Amino acid sequence: MAKPAKVLLNVPAIKADFPILQRKVHDRRLVYLDSAATSQKPRQVIDATSDFYARYNANVHRAIYELGEEATREYEGAREKIAAFIRAKSPNEIVFTKSTTESLNVVAYGYGLKGKLQPGDEIVGTVMEHHSNHVPWHFVKDHKGAVLKYVDVTDEGTLRMEQYDELLTKRTKIVTVALCSNVLGTINPVKEIAKRAHEVGAVCVVDAAQAAPHMSIDVQDLDVDFLAFSGHKMLGPTGIGVLYGKPEALEATEPLLGGGEMIREVHLGRASWNDVPYRFEGGTPNIAGAIGLGVAADYLTKLGMDAVRAHEMEITQYALEKFERLQGVKTYGPKDVKKKAGVLAFTIDNAHPHDVASILDVEGICIRSGHHCAQPLMERFDLPATARASFYVYNDLEDVDALVAGIKRVQEVFA
Amino acid sequence: MSATYDLYQEQILDHYKHPRNKGPLPGATLNAKDSNPLCGDEVILHLNLDGSHRISEVRFEGQGCAISQASASILTTMLKGLPRAEVEALNQDALLKKLGIPLSVVRLKCALLSHHVLRLAIGDKKADRA
Repeated sequence: MAKPAKVLLNVPAIKADFPILQRKVHDRRLVYLDSAATSQKPRQVIDATSDFYARYNANVHRAIYELGEEATREYEGAREKIAAFIRAKSPNEIVFTKSTTESLNVVAYGYGLKGKLQPGDEIVGTVMEHHSNHVPWHFVKDHKGAVLKYVDVTDEGTLRMEQYDELLTKRTKIVTVALCSNVLGTINPVKEIAKRAHEVGAVCVVDAAQAAPHMSIDVQDLDVDFLAFSGHKMLGPTGIGVLYGKPEALEATEPLLGGGEMIREVHLGRASWNDVPYRFEGGTPNIAGAIGLGVAADYLTKLGMDAVRAHEMEITQYALEKFERLQGVKTYGPKDVKKKAGVLAFTIDNAHPHDVASILDVEGICIRSGHHCAQPLMERFDLPATARASFYVYNDLEDVDALVAGIKRVQEVFA
Repeated sequence: MSATYDLYQEQILDHYKHPRNKGPLPGATLNAKDSNPLCGDEVILHLNLDGSHRISEVRFEGQGCAISQASASILTTMLKGLPRAEVEALNQDALLKKLGIPLSVVRLKCALLSHHVLRLAIGDKKADRA
């Protein structure tokens, strides 16, 4: 079939930057469609992390020698790059963690459990959250007596926004939501939700794990209080994550990890905290990871996040049209790509998602199958599991064609 | 065919599409159920023993991937008429040999779910998480 000629990203050049995409799997070209789980890494990021270890490995913030100065400069430089990437006012609003999960736990623990919340205070989430934006709030319920409430989704997979009318009350202290669903791909109206949260005096905590890699984020425009994301889903290394917080929000948050780096003074039996963001970075941080993440942000910025988004919209649109024509295949989430990121959950009649993934694997195609760490959402749609393909900067329409051909093979096997 | 389809050999697909001994067995004396939370695979096993402690009736219920469900179906065909002592001695390898497919670590859990449920059904105290 003829491909549209629109070129938003130079995908062949991008593919050439990713060493792993040169390898074969089961003697087939690797078609990587699981970037929602973790993205592949460009040579630039791999080089930046190995360069740290090879040339200037030293601990940050303390060493009074050249290597330590260089390591600190690069680590803090990465913080500045991440601040710019999400348009934070200052690098001091950027905390490095190990993951989105840790970032959300820092907020749940430090702002919820140990912070201002009182028993009976309410936390409003949604049914479409990833487990990492459910379970930390369970802790706050179990140990602080907070009350958890959830906004439901429509059958199309968008938030039932009208439910905020009744769920938000004077008792609401935290409103939390994913900017983008890791199953449905739904992009949620976070700016509106943050506004509604602030109207009742609550803070808005955003899980941006699936959004930060794929679309331009402006935390000042969104006006959110906390925003969490991971490095490894946005071309960066594993083991590095980010927590953005408004200064007053971070100031109101108790540290989760006590230890070196996060203190001002320590005496026997008591200590005072360092300033934010260092207060939240107890222990030697993932220096190479942060530096690699900074380079990943550079890489994405050079492509242009609007171009990245437009590219993924084009691929997703193409995939949705192709899937529409497949008999016995059902997709989940919005069909309008303006409301949807490049995440496509689907099921095939008579074939379990694990079998789908196994057969596609032999074709060299990597997709995810299972509940995608979103069991409450799967329950909402009464699904034990789905298959999920997700797209990124190194994917093109040919990858979608390979997926569709693979699905036809699955259907032959299970005919 | 290529490596594809090592996993989905005719026997596996046949048992998946046309499961043997599938359905409820009301009043069965031995029953057990387990699921694989990672995949959502589920197997329920019902067994009746006769006067000489042989398996007189066996049924399974469940849902999940082809490997887990075909494995359960194949297991039931291995059990019918077996003396209890032999059921107790039936190890994982015996089932895997019967399946005759190469399994990755992840898919091994699917394949062995039914065996684990069997151990639970016959009251094996060591039948911890597969």
